[in-house]
Amino acid sequence: MVETFQNLILGFSVALSPSVLWYGFVGCLVGTLVGVLPGVGPLAGISLLLPATFGLDATRAVVMLAGIYYGAMYGGSTTSILMRIPGEAASVMTCIDGYAMARKGRAGPALAIAAVGSYVAGTVSVVALMFLAPPLASFALRFGPPEYFSLLLLGLLVLAYMNSGSMLKGLAMAALGLLLGMIGIDQMSGYFRFAYGVAELGDGIGVVPVAVGLFGLAEILLTAGMKNPPEVIKPKFRDLLPSRKEWRDSNMPIWRGTILGFFIGIIPGSAHVISTFVSYAVERKLSKHPEEFGKGAVAGVAGPESANNAATSGAFVPMLALGVPGVPVAALLLAAMMVHGVTPGPLLIKNDPRLFWGFIASMYVGNAILLILNLPLVGLFVNLLRVPYPVLYPTILICSILGVYAVNSSVVDVWIMLATGILGYVLRKLDFETAPIVLGLVLAPMMEMSLRQSLALSAGNYTIFVTRPISLTLLLVGAVLVALALRPVISRSLDWRARLPAES
Amino acid sequence: MLTIDRVAGGALVLVGLVAMWESRRLPLGTLHRPGPAYMPVVLALLLIVFGLALGILASRSGRFAEVGWHEWRHAVAIFGACAFAAWGLERIGYRLTVAIVLFFLLYLLERRRLPLTVVLTLAIAWGSFFLFDTVLRVPLPRGPFGL
Repeated sequence: MVETFQNLILGFSVALSPSVLWYGFVGCLVGTLVGVLPGVGPLAGISLLLPATFGLDATRAVVMLAGIYYGAMYGGSTTSILMRIPGEAASVMTCIDGYAMARKGRAGPALAIAAVGSYVAGTVSVVALMFLAPPLASFALRFGPPEYFSLLLLGLLVLAYMNSGSMLKGLAMAALGLLLGMIGIDQMSGYFRFAYGVAELGDGIGVVPVAVGLFGLAEILLTAGMKNPPEVIKPKFRDLLPSRKEWRDSNMPIWRGTILGFFIGIIPGSAHVISTFVSYAVERKLSKHPEEFGKGAVAGVAGPESANNAATSGAFVPMLALGVPGVPVAALLLAAMMVHGVTPGPLLIKNDPRLFWGFIASMYVGNAILLILNLPLVGLFVNLLRVPYPVLYPTILICSILGVYAVNSSVVDVWIMLATGILGYVLRKLDFETAPIVLGLVLAPMMEMSLRQSLALSAGNYTIFVTRPISLTLLLVGAVLVALALRPVISRSLDWRARLPAES
Repeated sequence: MLTIDRVAGGALVLVGLVAMWESRRLPLGTLHRPGPAYMPVVLALLLIVFGLALGILASRSGRFAEVGWHEWRHAVAIFGACAFAAWGLERIGYRLTVAIVLFFLLYLLERRRLPLTVVLTLAIAWGSFFLFDTVLRVPLPRGPFGL
């Protein structure tokens, strides 16, 4: 413990040196600006700006890139809240209540709560990262294909169970998303599935076009033609900050989101996406007013945003402790370290303590910079809502098309956005939630791969899922959720007395 | 009675059937050694089951005829503009496409004043091109005369 604190002091001496601090600030600022642009998420932002760090030493380069990562993650929530355009899958849940809050004139509080939630989650998870990295990393590595499959199945069941509407509708939408995720080359056999000769579909359907279509375009199609378009919102200064009630309502969701996000984020894969969905579902289930979710519930912003940022730090655990990148962004940071001659892994702490602890300390400092930077920017961003909707939506539309096109420089992605926009429009008319489609799409390739790998490992024996303790536990939790969901239906059908006509 | 959930359930069944039909070209494999069609077929079957269940349990959902589609003309116009953008991006270039789409939406559809339309159209089309293509080096398609 004492040694950890001594190391941390060493780290802060590195992170607070003026030049490192400057690069951290530049990273956060650039990341926020890049993140606000739709379609340019953290991965694209870091890829674009990676060459700019080649002239720096390893510590400054990694600190700046981590700043870009944090900034871009936060910037993505700004477009989700103000325009209902999720820059990436992790921002999808923020769209729902964040945008509803914005339309009610509470965009400032939504952005402020997202910033504070991100700060708390980021800071707490760095503390956890510091103390728990080695044991947690080895636990994460115990996740083989069967554990993954069970976890992904559980993720879908949690989402469907905690859906605001019927579980059946949630499961149907998740199945539709999973089916969409089947499009493209089958990774195990090399067969093209449902691609119909379109080469761009070989890599499958991207999450960004689907998310922007289902959320951004569908919203425009629904709203733009309304007899009474959304009113122009002129926020006053006092409206920019959350009220006492909003702070109170966001307090516990931030902590729950932080804990959930950190532990789910350790697991390699798209765990940070799952963490936002699970956090939203948990908050809705625990809320005294679940009917407010989807209509501007503060907890619907605070929980997923905190989970997203906590998962960001969680994703660094296997990268730093074992040199195993869990998410694509971590892989990019790993590559950046290697460009500078640093090999992450168990020996990093021993061989290069200045870099390791400097990076850890810079994560604290980066979170603080992000908060200081973003709270004043809330006022600036909220002014977007002063623009009348008939002028604002064409601009949002162009941003969406540009962002979707920019991801792969592919017109096919724009067509996918249009198709899913129509789908989202119709589904919203028919009272279906579209978020499970995005989750299904994200999870589909991993789920299929882990199922087939598990069966290959066990020579086709399905008992592999119940003979491994972690997998069995996850499946049991899933079974309990299904039983809980079915309980009211079964008890209703068993209660035959209630259906008898009352005798006078 | 034609309820919302019955229509939605029917659509889900249809999607499931189409997916199953399209999967016939791929090897299904076996239960113990799944092939590339295995997962799509399982998911298509699930969709069919969910669709049927939704249709059977649909008595409490609203009537399909009561769903309001009053904004459909506007939605079709916006969708048409987006479809033009997707068609035109790599044919007439980013800037011209965006300029035409914005002019259509702002001036013709939303009846904004001409000076405002022109200023916004030029600023957004050329400004976004400069930001993405020149500053961020994200290549955007050019049209005739390098526009």
